[in-house]
Amino acid sequence: MEPFRCHSGKVALLDRANVDTDQIIPKQFLKRIERSGFGPFLFYDWRYREDGSPNPEFELNWPEFQGASILVTRRNFGCGSSREHAPWALSDYGFRVLIAPSFADIFHNNCFKNGMLPVVLSEADVEQIFCQARQHLPYELTVDLENCQISDRYGLAFEFRVDEFRRRCLLEGLDDIGLTLQHEDKITAYEKRRGII
Amino acid sequence: MSNSPKTMFDKIWEDHVVYSEDGKQTILYIDLHLIHEVTSPQAFEGLRLSGRKVRRPERTFATVDHNVPTTDRHLPILDPISRQQVETLRANCRDFGIQLFDLTDPRQGIVHVIGPELGLTLPGMTIVCGDSHTSTHGALGALAFGIGTSEVEHVLATQTLLQEKPKTLELRIDGPLAPGVTAKDLILYLIRSLGPQGGIGFCIEYTGSTIRGLSMEERMTVCNMSIEAGARAGMIAPDEKTLEYLRGRPFAPKGEAFEQAVKRWQGLPSDPGAKFDRSLLFEAARIEPQVSWGTNLGQVASISERVPDPAQFADPVERQAAEKALEYMGLEPGTPIESIRIDRVFIGSCTNGRIEDLRQAAAVVRGYRIAPHVSAMVVPGSGLVKRQAEQEGLDRIFREAGFEWREPGCSMCLAMNPDRLEPGQRCASTTNRNFEGRQGKGGRTHLVSPGMAAAAAVMGHFVDVRRWEYK
Repeated sequence: MEPFRCHSGKVALLDRANVDTDQIIPKQFLKRIERSGFGPFLFYDWRYREDGSPNPEFELNWPEFQGASILVTRRNFGCGSSREHAPWALSDYGFRVLIAPSFADIFHNNCFKNGMLPVVLSEADVEQIFCQARQHLPYELTVDLENCQISDRYGLAFEFRVDEFRRRCLLEGLDDIGLTLQHEDKITAYEKRRGII
Repeated sequence: MSNSPKTMFDKIWEDHVVYSEDGKQTILYIDLHLIHEVTSPQAFEGLRLSGRKVRRPERTFATVDHNVPTTDRHLPILDPISRQQVETLRANCRDFGIQLFDLTDPRQGIVHVIGPELGLTLPGMTIVCGDSHTSTHGALGALAFGIGTSEVEHVLATQTLLQEKPKTLELRIDGPLAPGVTAKDLILYLIRSLGPQGGIGFCIEYTGSTIRGLSMEERMTVCNMSIEAGARAGMIAPDEKTLEYLRGRPFAPKGEAFEQAVKRWQGLPSDPGAKFDRSLLFEAARIEPQVSWGTNLGQVASISERVPDPAQFADPVERQAAEKALEYMGLEPGTPIESIRIDRVFIGSCTNGRIEDLRQAAAVVRGYRIAPHVSAMVVPGSGLVKRQAEQEGLDRIFREAGFEWREPGCSMCLAMNPDRLEPGQRCASTTNRNFEGRQGKGGRTHLVSPGMAAAAAVMGHFVDVRRWEYK
């Protein structure tokens, strides 16, 4: 996995709450058996019109959000289906950081497994980013995972918290399975104790 | 470990800790891993790329459910991409030595229906599956939750998961449910009360006399939808009903081994005085049949209510969400729920596709015809549910009323297969998600109980099933 240390990039605002993984990647794209290539289908039903052309009303199609790598959105982002195709699509589209007041648990987990950083800030802090971004479009943020800080060039700065283990995995680009297998003797001992083997 | 009173969650968690260290995630042992065709191919690909094997193939079971057609099973799957996914699962199961309940196996069905029905799901187990409705299995007193594909690969390779310990939330519901009010209404009411994100970070334990009074299948309906409140897992303590349900199931322990297991299971319920991180109380008597009106699970009303006016939501985020939902759903504020006219009815899914659900719907439908403008479909949750229903003549009741009677699968709950809504169509559905486009792009889903869906099919609009004239 590619390490994540510090990322500066353009912000896209998605002013919607409870965005579910069915919206992030609709079911017709779940039939692929690869992990890659989901970006063009991200938010498909919102992003494209019936004839397949971009829907100009959808936020990610707005000129000021082109090339964005940081998505700022509202509460309970990624709710619903456990499909990891959702973070695969966001990541393939180019997002490295997601910022919201809350994320659904499974989605939140899935992001870390794919080198993408979900940052939880308070509702008030997220609102402040929305306001700041709208005043300064196109707007950029810097997300520093080593120091757990978000900042912009106009003086806005927030600290955020991330589970220390996950932070280290992201900073070093560690592979979960490899880490767990370092404890394989303990798994075997557990299985013996339980009479599983 | 201390001797202070423990919750059932704490007991199951502690029993499965392989390794924990401060500041790290716990390595938790997984007793049962269920897989299906949609969220597993990339996990097996990962195993192959790294030269890893499946650590415990005998604790891994597979079925095909998400994308399979519900029509003639003797024909090849027409959609080439669906077919490829099913064939990929077959090859993976063969190569890695995993038992598969394939399309023509009489035991095939929705993964969360067949786990309990085959006795694979047992109290005290940790169970995972690459599907968020894995919480269903908690109804038997297991810790069961959905995972992503990277975690599927992790479990295949290590039979463990890296987990942060969730907090515990007790939802205690007391008193009897009114006649005509079901487990589905109960869980819709609870989620509506909690909000679609109220359960984030929690494992729910459902307690109280209402829960004790529910059948095992009703408990599965409740636990199934825990995820819709944002909770990873939902669970119910095992009791006599649980043991009765499990006795004689094909994969459950037999004879002396069963009696030994019962002794262990009897120690699982939360100890008196056990502390939950949060506890909420509800009265069952207040609950009416529920109907969702919007596009998230907080947007639910009782049958006697009206579609709400977004202007009356104090929270600006909720207000905006309600406005968007009403626009998508094509509904006006103030419309009585009972006057909402429907085009389609879907009865099935891991929420309400079990035999008791089909009996409940068939009892309503018996002797009636569905409304001329409605098309309606029953998709049993599994091959065994289908066979049981046919033995009881339920298929005939549905067919005579004008329903289609299909083969088992997830079907129009997520519309990955050919069963789906057309844009603008409005559906009374016994499923679990009312998200935009969930049942087909532009489709409008109203979540209800099987009885409410059946009554809506007959009348062509929502009605209060408590006043139904059974024939």
